[in-house]
Amino acid sequence: MTRLGIAGGIIQLVVVTGCAPLLTGVTRQVRARLEGRAGQGIGQPWRDLRKLLRKEPVTPAGTSELFRIAPLVLLATTAVAAAVAPFVTTASAIGPAADLFAVVALLALGTATLALAAIDTGTAFGGMGASREITIMALAEPTLLVAIFALSVRAGSTNLAAIVTATVHNPAQVVSPAGVLAAAALALVTIAETGRLPVDNPATHLELTMVHEAMILEYAGPDLALIELASSMRLAVFLGLLATLFAPWGIATTAAPLALAAGTAVFAAKVGLLGATLAAGEVFTAKLRLFRVPELLAGSFLLALLAVAASHFLGAA
Amino acid sequence: MTGYTQSLDLACGVLLVTAVVIVWRRRLTAIIRTFAVQGTALAAIAGILAVHARDARLGVVAGGLLALRAVALPWLLRRALASSGSRPSEQETRPQVNVTASLLAVAALTLVAYAVSRPLAALDPSPASEAIPVGIAVTLAGFFVLVTRRRAVSQLAGFLLMDNGITATGLLTTASTGLLIEAGVSLDVLLAVVVLRVLADRMRDAFGGTDLDDLRELRD
Repeated sequence: MTRLGIAGGIIQLVVVTGCAPLLTGVTRQVRARLEGRAGQGIGQPWRDLRKLLRKEPVTPAGTSELFRIAPLVLLATTAVAAAVAPFVTTASAIGPAADLFAVVALLALGTATLALAAIDTGTAFGGMGASREITIMALAEPTLLVAIFALSVRAGSTNLAAIVTATVHNPAQVVSPAGVLAAAALALVTIAETGRLPVDNPATHLELTMVHEAMILEYAGPDLALIELASSMRLAVFLGLLATLFAPWGIATTAAPLALAAGTAVFAAKVGLLGATLAAGEVFTAKLRLFRVPELLAGSFLLALLAVAASHFLGAA
Repeated sequence: MTGYTQSLDLACGVLLVTAVVIVWRRRLTAIIRTFAVQGTALAAIAGILAVHARDARLGVVAGGLLALRAVALPWLLRRALASSGSRPSEQETRPQVNVTASLLAVAALTLVAYAVSRPLAALDPSPASEAIPVGIAVTLAGFFVLVTRRRAVSQLAGFLLMDNGITATGLLTTASTGLLIEAGVSLDVLLAVVVLRVLADRMRDAFGGTDLDDLRELRD
């Protein structure tokens, strides 16, 4: 545990928590502008959260403790992932937790708990949303693991901090076939895991088409606020992983205040840019039929597997 | 890593990804567009090897590959597709194995290609021979497409994919096949495509479609 790691961990936690709703705001705003609407401003998600937090907590009759702790577990796991992943600095606050498998497991734990809570409500839509979410997750998690594993082959370690440090020292690695394939696979998984188009429509309120929204249908008040915040943070964490693994330029390697400030600014800029790109891409895509989603994810799994294969047979030379 | 290794690896990566995209996509127009990209990548491999070996003949082969695989064959395929009419049923590949299973099969085939070509790469370790698995994987993927598609035009796509893989393997294993052999093989492929296209047209005239399953029964 180094000073650099602790500084990075604290900064990341504050920045991701504070700016994640703004990121959601940016994506909505970009989308609104491209569709010819005025948009609600990038601060709207924060205003929504403030409104929800002031309401009294209400839970449906007949739900168990699981329903009440699920938002907390979701937020806590996302916050830990946000704090330990090497976003702002190349060191990690808690070294062992920055392992590829640990971070992926943390993110999966949050999703799985929320799916259980959705089943706990006993409503038709909760169960349907949970079933769909788990279907998508079961296909997306292996891809995520394999894609990052392809990058770890070169670094010789599954620790995210080690992978990022290796990329910083040898930037040419990113344009190798393995890097390009892994980037494509990871981008598709990011779309699937954060429930964006074409896998899930974040703006839908039609019960038959929703996945994530169907799971949280029964939540209200502060609980809903926690889930909304955690969802925004998940988007920021996934986009952050994408940015830090494939474009780690500007990341802080020393604990000097200037380097940390630059690292933070670059991280925010990269994630903001990725978010805007994602939103702009969404304007031109329609939601896939649910039965076509496994096709998309099988494709991304294949890309990830090819990335591992390529890093073995092409990287050896 | 030198610029030579890196550009060769990148061209091989593009070759492999376009093969995956061809298995993935349903629309034949998209598949044909991908073919043009794959042809360019194949020509790039030949070009890179030519520059590396300072071999003028290989440079000519690269130019020929570019003209044939990136321009002529996609154009012929597009013509074949255009003459099949604008019915949407003719524009899709309609695979016998669903796309998810196909993609997973291609993943397995890639691993097989890697396993079987390791002894080949070990004979003469060089950046080019390290990339042989890519050529073999594309060949196997092409064979898979060839046996699992129903329509004549999509089988043609599988045939061309397989041939692209064979050519890539040939280029990567022996950089010095004679110009005459290379030209002969390329013209052979061109002829095969033309013949298959004529055959597809005849089938359509006779039966109204190119679904090969309809050809199982004998008719008077």
